[in-house]
Amino acid sequence: MAKRTGIEVSIAIAEAARQADVDVVSAYPITPQTHIVEHLAQLVADGDLDANYITVESEHTAMSACVGASAAGARVFTSTSSQGLALMNEIVYLASSLRTPVVMALANRALSGPISIWNDHSDVMNERDTGWICIFANNGQEAYDLTLMAFRIGEDKRVMLPVMINFDGFILTHVIEPIYMFDDDEIADFIPPYEPVIYLDTDNPITMGPVGVPDIYTEAKKQQEVAIRESRSVIDEVFDEFAGRYGRRYRAVETYKAEDAEIVLLAQGSVIEAAEAAVDVLRDQGKKVGAVELRLWRPFPFDDLREVLCGTSIKQVVVLDRCISFGGPIGPVLSEVRSALYLEKDKPMVVGVVAGLGGRDIHLEEYIEMFRIGEECLRTGKDAGEEPELVKIVGLRE
Amino acid sequence: MKLKEKPTWRELPFACCIPEPGNSVYYKTGDWKTLKPVVDKTKCIKCGTCWIFCPEYAYEEDEYGYFESNLEYCKGCGICARECPAQCITMEEEVVE
Amino acid sequence: MSVTQRPKEAYLNVFAYRMAPREEYFTRGHRACQGCGPALGLRHIMKAAGRDTIVVNATGCMEIISSPYPYTSWAVPWIHVAFENAAAVASGVDAAIEALQRKGKLPRKKINILVIAGDGGTADIGLQALSGMLARGHNVTYICYDNEAYMNTGVQSSSATPFGASTTTTPAGKVSFGAGYWKKNVAAIATAHNVPYVATACPSYPLDLIRKVKRSFELKGPAYIHLFAVCPTGWGSPPELTVRMGRLAVETGIFPLYEVEFGRYRLTIDFPQGLRPVEEYLKNQRRFRHLSPEIVQQIQERVTAEYQRLKTMEKVTQG
Repeated sequence: MAKRTGIEVSIAIAEAARQADVDVVSAYPITPQTHIVEHLAQLVADGDLDANYITVESEHTAMSACVGASAAGARVFTSTSSQGLALMNEIVYLASSLRTPVVMALANRALSGPISIWNDHSDVMNERDTGWICIFANNGQEAYDLTLMAFRIGEDKRVMLPVMINFDGFILTHVIEPIYMFDDDEIADFIPPYEPVIYLDTDNPITMGPVGVPDIYTEAKKQQEVAIRESRSVIDEVFDEFAGRYGRRYRAVETYKAEDAEIVLLAQGSVIEAAEAAVDVLRDQGKKVGAVELRLWRPFPFDDLREVLCGTSIKQVVVLDRCISFGGPIGPVLSEVRSALYLEKDKPMVVGVVAGLGGRDIHLEEYIEMFRIGEECLRTGKDAGEEPELVKIVGLRE
Repeated sequence: MKLKEKPTWRELPFACCIPEPGNSVYYKTGDWKTLKPVVDKTKCIKCGTCWIFCPEYAYEEDEYGYFESNLEYCKGCGICARECPAQCITMEEEVVE
Repeated sequence: MSVTQRPKEAYLNVFAYRMAPREEYFTRGHRACQGCGPALGLRHIMKAAGRDTIVVNATGCMEIISSPYPYTSWAVPWIHVAFENAAAVASGVDAAIEALQRKGKLPRKKINILVIAGDGGTADIGLQALSGMLARGHNVTYICYDNEAYMNTGVQSSSATPFGASTTTTPAGKVSFGAGYWKKNVAAIATAHNVPYVATACPSYPLDLIRKVKRSFELKGPAYIHLFAVCPTGWGSPPELTVRMGRLAVETGIFPLYEVEFGRYRLTIDFPQGLRPVEEYLKNQRRFRHLSPEIVQQIQERVTAEYQRLKTMEKVTQG
């Protein structure tokens, strides 16, 4: 039975790791991730979680120890933010290429500089092509549910890849929400004990991470690419099973009032709930608008996105990026959405805006402004306006 | 099982691990050398100094307790000849026929 | 000072080497250069560590020469992740095995966790991870094979490069005598962490090395072993002199062999009749060929003082 509890989202995420009975936690403190790891350390200290908590001296070591522990056959959990993830970067690639299914809770925070402890998505976008499965939560319940599902997805023998669950720093981490928490027994049934495919076993010695000579490096990368692409069916299976067991349905691409919409706002993370409020306001004014959430970021849900956006009522998409691709195509989400639609015949126009950088709140009127930009593009027929490459930042003081 | 040097991506083991321990024995380094050690068994005292100081683990002990370098692996560094307390090893030119 | 004086180990019965373990867990067919000191050291280390060992290898010569796919020279489970993080990866392996054995997910047995890293991966880029591992008290033996520069990338200087050595990034030139700084003493840094066991070793003294590796695994908690490893390619020394050069480094006091067990120092190979002059060690190496007598004298003074300091530490701590 699930109990509805008022709980800080960070604590709920830590509880998910406890319920998954992780063997090793390796993490370095960074705002706004701290409450997650503090709670885990307390659980270990109280004997409520039988795990080894490694108090590492940096995030680089945090991820390195995760990879080592996972390679030794343990279920491993870590959590970080922003600069911490950037420092881990080198080893983030190793976690996926060594196929160690580490689960990471990423409290999304802006990258320096200037230093900002507040939320945007520049940290995760930096890790876009690292080979991790990458999923966004837009509220505390989702963060808890997805953390649980991350173990099932990553550790599936058909997958064996690390998984990153994203949730907005402070906006979610430090908020107390009513969350349905499952009984430990239910989770023990949902998440079976971890069985590695290969591990550092003295009775069966293998060499992990040998030199990738030019004769095999390409094949190794192909193998990894196929693994993350094929993880998609497992992700859907786990979403289905979760829905069947607990009644909450997750999809790779979520929609809100998009069925008959002409203009949709596409975004990731907690802003989606605010965008939905803007949709309601505009709907009351008779405008045909909706919202689309790109929940699954890697593997990229090409077909799902095309199904929602192409050959439907949607004529205009406004993509909200929470990160700037400096000197590039405005933002990474815009770039990828456009790329996914490129070969489609019956496709909407796609325009990009940037907002909510470094903890800047996005107010209702700013969401409405984003829809207005979409309307204008649709009216003028000019994809992305007069200066297509100009980064349109909503909420900027000129 | 000998792993292929040029496998397809499907043949490549999971996470490109090498499942067979110590399979570099298939890789012969003996053709690196220009000089080879020759043991004069009439002087050899069977102490094992050549064996313990061989970076290649090329020396093998025979049934009589003599050590002799396996030339399929010996790279010809000459440490054995230098360290032999009985001075029974000489480095001689490899003659290629 | 007697020229014929030999270290203690030389007085052992010459047949003592036959007593060394016969098993090889670092096997032939590796691609190290002719006369490679680190590869020789690895052989001895793995004889001591034995079958139930997990090796974490930092990027470097020994990683490259032992694991070019599809060939591995390792007969024990082995993992390479990156350059600076071998101590961190080993921390994870240790934490995992401890947790899994406690939780009944792995059978309880003693597993030796061994890090192999070069001097660049230890004294420079991996120093933080090493410090973290030592400070946290993991059951890991960390062995740095010190060939005194970045040999894998072409003999660039590291902070373990000795004073006066010419490397490709501290080349001797018209106005430079090579590395203008003194070698970083990582064994002393490790000792400052108050770990159960720190030692220096050299493959020219295989039985001393094997004993130290075994001792490091007998004691619970972290251990650090600094292995002096002659690199003929990088030092410009004749490959057949690798073992001889290691012995000279020890006999001149350039690289004293000692161990620190729970803070108590002990010189494991000592020379009561005195040390050989450092020139004997320096002269066979291209990297020192340019040194003036004044620089050699500076090195001699430093070596003598350092050796005296060790002797004092031995006297004070053995008390």
